[in-house]
Amino acid sequence: MGSPIPLLELTGISKAFGGVSALRDVDFALQSGEIHGLVGENGAGKSTLMKIIAGVYADYQGTMRLHGIPVRFRSARDALGAGVGMVHQELSIVPQLTVAENIFLGFQPVTRLGIVNWKRMAREATVHLQSLGIEIDPQTKVSTLPLGLQQLIELVRVLFSGARIIILDEPTSALSPPEIERLFRVLGKLREDGKSLILISHFLEDILAVSDRLTIFRNGEKIATASATEIDKAWIIDRMIGTTRGEFGGSNTGDVFLNSNFDAPVALEVNGLSVAGILRDVSLKVRKGEILGVYGFMGSGQVELAQALAGKLPTKRGAVQIEGKAVRLHNSAAAKRAGVAIVPESRRSMLFAREPVYKNISISILERFARFFLRPDVERQIAHQRTVDLDIRPRTVDLPLGALSGGNQQKVALAKWLTYFPKVLILSEPTRGMDIGAKQDVVKIVRDLREKGIAVIVTSTEPETILALADRVVVMKKGTIAREFAGEPLGKDQLLAAA
Amino acid sequence: MTVDSENLVAAGLDRRVRSSFRGKVANFAPFATLLTLLIFFAIASPSFASLDNLTNILTEVSVTGIIAVGLTFVILCAEIDLSVASVANATGIAVAFFTAQNASVNIANIPLSGGLAIVVALLVCVSLGVANAIGITWIGVPSFIMTLAMLQIASGIGALLIRGQIAYAVPPLISTLGSKSIGPVPWVVVVAATVLLLGHFTLRYTRFGRYVYMVGGNREAAEYSGVNVRAVIASVMVISAVCSGLAGMLGVAYFGSAQQEEFDSYLLDSISAVVVGGTSLFGGQGGIGNTVIGLFVLGILNNGLDHVRIDSFLKILIRGLILLAALIINVYAQRLRASRSPVADA
Repeated sequence: MGSPIPLLELTGISKAFGGVSALRDVDFALQSGEIHGLVGENGAGKSTLMKIIAGVYADYQGTMRLHGIPVRFRSARDALGAGVGMVHQELSIVPQLTVAENIFLGFQPVTRLGIVNWKRMAREATVHLQSLGIEIDPQTKVSTLPLGLQQLIELVRVLFSGARIIILDEPTSALSPPEIERLFRVLGKLREDGKSLILISHFLEDILAVSDRLTIFRNGEKIATASATEIDKAWIIDRMIGTTRGEFGGSNTGDVFLNSNFDAPVALEVNGLSVAGILRDVSLKVRKGEILGVYGFMGSGQVELAQALAGKLPTKRGAVQIEGKAVRLHNSAAAKRAGVAIVPESRRSMLFAREPVYKNISISILERFARFFLRPDVERQIAHQRTVDLDIRPRTVDLPLGALSGGNQQKVALAKWLTYFPKVLILSEPTRGMDIGAKQDVVKIVRDLREKGIAVIVTSTEPETILALADRVVVMKKGTIAREFAGEPLGKDQLLAAA
Repeated sequence: MTVDSENLVAAGLDRRVRSSFRGKVANFAPFATLLTLLIFFAIASPSFASLDNLTNILTEVSVTGIIAVGLTFVILCAEIDLSVASVANATGIAVAFFTAQNASVNIANIPLSGGLAIVVALLVCVSLGVANAIGITWIGVPSFIMTLAMLQIASGIGALLIRGQIAYAVPPLISTLGSKSIGPVPWVVVVAATVLLLGHFTLRYTRFGRYVYMVGGNREAAEYSGVNVRAVIASVMVISAVCSGLAGMLGVAYFGSAQQEEFDSYLLDSISAVVVGGTSLFGGQGGIGNTVIGLFVLGILNNGLDHVRIDSFLKILIRGLILLAALIINVYAQRLRASRSPVADA
């Protein structure tokens, strides 16, 4: 299109997994020194394309050119050798080692005697970090650093191993706003140094703010590539989902009025709950038919609060009452008996990938209809009903769970608790990493649960999730409840300010 | 959207067919090993393929089989029990200790009536299993370490009771089940078959069995689903000890005597049977069906090598090599199965 030869050019890329087409005839070009954002719903093909570029998938159709020369990477190492590196969503740093050791992992400088040259390593690590504006002591153990810094260290490592094209998968999803800003500053510096970056993200504002160009994927096809200055969020969403509809029914941009109900009976009351080193004196109430949003940045304690209430963390002090009765939540089975259920933030920790869908759904309710002997017919029937209620696709309940898409897997995690309803349902990050369509489905499901009189607790680090769902909001900060919002209009800015 | 979802359904079905086929291949690998051995020995030795020899093989694997049932439960939970053989030995010695012995057996034993002796011996193995369970679930000792200690403890209990002697008398019921036959079929084979069937039934058709598979498949997910994971693990440790104890009592009758260290080879044999059969050491995959195949592979290998003319010292090495080959085949078959489902796009 008149522009110079792209640094990386892919033409006619197609890729299928066992008959399911993941990419269809996709063209993609990366210019030297640009930040290129990729957006699209789950399963739109963006991750697959990136894995092809990074050498993870070697069997695909189409051609890839680097500097105009056709290449085909056979492994991630192969790709890295050619200067293409990837920072995955799940970090691959070694938490027990120091920052410097991680950066130099596999390439430690040695003295003439063959002993690791610690001084030089620390010095060079400092130079690398400072050149990117990251101020950390390279002797710090990585496990003690916040997630945002750990991610930057992984980025520095990928850079250090010679990457000139760097792919980042969902780099901002677990970061707080200041951390995101710092990441973007670093990305900007890298661009100035002539590095090219590809970013995958569901956070449209983030990706719009940092990218030069954006490419939108839908259903394994490339829909459009545009300069970030010429487009806005609505334009992107339009192309991502094919029709015009606002995220969460348009409630994420304007203020939300908290429709708090103070009359309903209290379902869960927590008094002075403490967990060693994490939670300090947390007290809260959740009423029947109410959605309580628990907002906070990463590490502010909302994950641990959810786990403690689900019987997954030993509590040091504090009393919990359910419908007025004192309960002990010493393990997850006890919590379930007391009527507390949880859907944790990570799909993997809730689901059995190799087992069929129906077993995944029935596991949490087996005792209700199978005192001693299993009744697979009942299990399948219940599971089928849930796939209909929640629009889980495909409807084949005998399919291994691992064969479902991410969004559908998330729905299966929810489906476990929707046959015999718990009194209190805790949802940790219910929409994280989901595309807009799946997010809206989850919002609808959670609102239905409220109508059924269930007390729902939604914990999240995403203000949008909280604003879309909550009737009342508490903001957590350093393991305590810092602020409560009820019966008033609330916006993203207020939430961020309180946290 | 509808066209797309129809595609998805079709793709899902396609994947299901494919995965069930690959699953069968994975399960078929141990079976293929068994078949190969069977054909080889049948050709190599005329005395191998006879009804009498079949009875021999069945009898030879029966005691291992009973131990392997309990071990299958444990391994399906992604735990291990290294104390099975010594718990068997201790229980076998205990049942003899509580039976009136010939005057030549110089131990301070406590003769009880036959039924009571069996009950007390069962109590011994149950309490050893409970000790394992408490150590693993309450105190949090890894099962590998806990049962390694129990291996020593159970051996110690056996040694203290038998004091280097050999005891011959066991309760009549045990003696019948361990060494007599019903028609042409030895009782021990009947007992082993019953225990195997019971194990299979429990794993496949009961709620507890489902919990065993789910705990092994993803412990954290089982916990988040409200399964009492500790209780499941505690139960499988006790089940394993009880199976070992039963095998120990019958084994003493089968061998004709109770003495120290007579079960030592059964630890590796039972673990081999479970693993060669294709049950994953990482938990959640396999079952009694696999264990049965593993038992036959082991039994036919041991028995068949005696029917062909090889240097008897070489046999030990050959046995090891064939077991290794069987395991390698399993690993490849598992890999084929694992490659089936691409991880969903996050």
